[in-house]
Amino acid sequence: MTFNLFVIPFFGGMLFLLAVIIIRFTAWLATLDRSGRKKLGHGLLNGQIFPATWEVFMESLLHRRMFRQNKLLGFMHMSFAFGWFLLIVMGNLESRIYSGNHLNPPYYPIFLKFFVHDKRALPFELYTLPGFFRFIMDFLLLFILSGLVLAFIKRTRSKWFGMKRTTQHNKLDKWAITSLWLIFPMRLLAESFTAGVYQGGGFLTNTLGMAFASFLPVEHLYYPAWWAYSIALGVFFVTLPWSRYMHIPTEVLLIYLRHFGIKTGKKPDSFTDIEIHSCPRCGVCIDVCQMNYAGKTDATPAYFLRSLRYGKQNAIQDANCMLCGRCHQVCPVQIDTVGIRMASRYIDNVLVSPSYNYLDSIQIPEPRVDMLYFAGCMGHLTPSVKKAMVKILDASGENFSFMDEDGSVCCGRPLMMAGLPEAAGELIRKNTETIVKSGAKTFVTSCPICFKVFSEEYKLPGIEVLHHSQYLLRLVESGKIKVDASPVLAVYHDPCELGRGSGIFEEPRRLLNKMVCLADISQQREHALCCGGSVGDLAMNYNERTVIRDEALKILLEPNPDLLVTACPLCKKTFDNGSDVMVMDLAEIVSERMPESSDSTLFEAPVTQSRQQASLSQEAGKEVKFPVCNPELR
Amino acid sequence: MSDIKEKVRFGFTVNKDRQIDYDANSKKLASTVIIAEPSLNLCISCGTCAATCTAAQFTDFSLRRLILLVRRGEVSGLENEVTKCMLCGKCQLVCPRGVNTRNLILQIHKALKNTVL
Repeated sequence: MTFNLFVIPFFGGMLFLLAVIIIRFTAWLATLDRSGRKKLGHGLLNGQIFPATWEVFMESLLHRRMFRQNKLLGFMHMSFAFGWFLLIVMGNLESRIYSGNHLNPPYYPIFLKFFVHDKRALPFELYTLPGFFRFIMDFLLLFILSGLVLAFIKRTRSKWFGMKRTTQHNKLDKWAITSLWLIFPMRLLAESFTAGVYQGGGFLTNTLGMAFASFLPVEHLYYPAWWAYSIALGVFFVTLPWSRYMHIPTEVLLIYLRHFGIKTGKKPDSFTDIEIHSCPRCGVCIDVCQMNYAGKTDATPAYFLRSLRYGKQNAIQDANCMLCGRCHQVCPVQIDTVGIRMASRYIDNVLVSPSYNYLDSIQIPEPRVDMLYFAGCMGHLTPSVKKAMVKILDASGENFSFMDEDGSVCCGRPLMMAGLPEAAGELIRKNTETIVKSGAKTFVTSCPICFKVFSEEYKLPGIEVLHHSQYLLRLVESGKIKVDASPVLAVYHDPCELGRGSGIFEEPRRLLNKMVCLADISQQREHALCCGGSVGDLAMNYNERTVIRDEALKILLEPNPDLLVTACPLCKKTFDNGSDVMVMDLAEIVSERMPESSDSTLFEAPVTQSRQQASLSQEAGKEVKFPVCNPELR
Repeated sequence: MSDIKEKVRFGFTVNKDRQIDYDANSKKLASTVIIAEPSLNLCISCGTCAATCTAAQFTDFSLRRLILLVRRGEVSGLENEVTKCMLCGKCQLVCPRGVNTRNLILQIHKALKNTVL
């Protein structure tokens, strides 16, 4: 007997799910743009498939990134994914050995314990491990159930899992999660009842079965339990494609496509759709999103991607994001949340059509120089940084030209952030022309916003694009500039576009360590906070930005520093308006720590001031901690 | 005679008397933009935005004038004006009233296309 009516909910659900997945995947792959299709073809042939498969194993089954986030969270997820996967694999092996047949109906391994309940050891097991399958199947079930218990606990004690907030699910997700949570308890009941009737089962189901049999009419209960198990499976499979659990199949596809080199486009396309469907709404991004401070939880990536997926997002939700990338950093699926946000702004701003005809009339100067310095629009609002850079460059004897001394054409990044890549293209063309004509071999900018677009979107053959933190370090390390150390205690704020955006974490720190005492803060490097001034956000008002800035300052100033250092004019300007501690740019510090510098008194003033404050608060009975980073100097 | 008049005025002229003509002007645009970007109401037309503007170095673009024209409802020709902005955000940083200028520009763009004036 290998059929019973109760397999229908499971089997129907499974066929339905398979059909939906095949249709969706085909539609996605067929609508990839031309370069995407090309990359797909290349990727399938050039061996990228192996590292991709490895990543699928590590992420979709073992959940390595989830483990990094929080061990308990990782285990919970792994027990479901890897446990279920192993249960399917072992169940298939077991059923093949039992039936002696390689082609069993797909439902056969799932409901094997119903169809087969003889206790005779298999020929395979007899000579190797007696009772192996009975043990392993029960063990895997227990493994999954342990994850289920954790998932229950997470509902009320999410802090144990490293999460302050969890996602508020919509109706469909609640259906899906309920059916998913019922699957394994139902399987346990069905197998236990059956074991109670036929004295079969392994260490778990047999023990439970015998216990149930002692006070329950298991012979009447086991059949309905198999029905319940099958129905739970069926409901889960039918709801899966429209719920958060669509991430299970889609993430696999996403990992392969990402390995083939496909990236989020400037406009929404089928790849962004794949990314959107890969979001499991686990909610890890919700906590790290600083929009919470401004009371804009609905703009956090989990909710934003959900709205986008069901076509319910609005322009305000799209615009409410500073594009800082903290969510992308922690995302277990590594969804390019920043890129998707910019792509969906493309649709919102499709009516916005700037025209920069006037660019053609701008004369390009033709000084032949080795190096170009570009302060950027924001750089012009921090003249002290410009001055410092010019002073340093003069002292280094570099043959340089200040490209935007009398004002510049914008780099184009703000337009890209607003979802206007075509308009940005016009500015990029003009600036490229100017840079190439200058004959410079090195291009240095003070603004990380500019730096990101210059290094990623501009085609500048033979020209090295550097942020001033990199360039200044080079000057110091090559001995062209000398700086001396000081006992000043500083914290360094990683600008979003420089740190997470461009991967530059080390250079600024190496440079700072030559001049000041650098204290660590709780949120730094990849986890650095956004200052709140970002040009990435389009909708927030000044007060909301202020809240975000002040929350960031609280964390930055935890070590009681004398100085807050950053490497972005926008961060500097933003913090300047709210910080009790002096805010300086890297370039300013270099300029003041040069031995011939006459204005180092400025540098000492904040130190004295913060020491006075510290002694005042010590007198008031408050504990003041100064981390010791360089005892010789302090 | 006119020559003498000109000399008496020391080269200064007096603008022709003008008043806002609401038959010709339309406040529709302003009301649409204000709903989309309420911080427009904060603007005091101080002109700091225009003074720092990146685009103003190359053109006669002025956000201050743009806002004045939108508020008055003198909307003809605005379409060519607003397209000059590069959205760099300097004006937003210097604005003493905290007007969300970048979104304001985007909303003016959209309202000009969407509103029947």
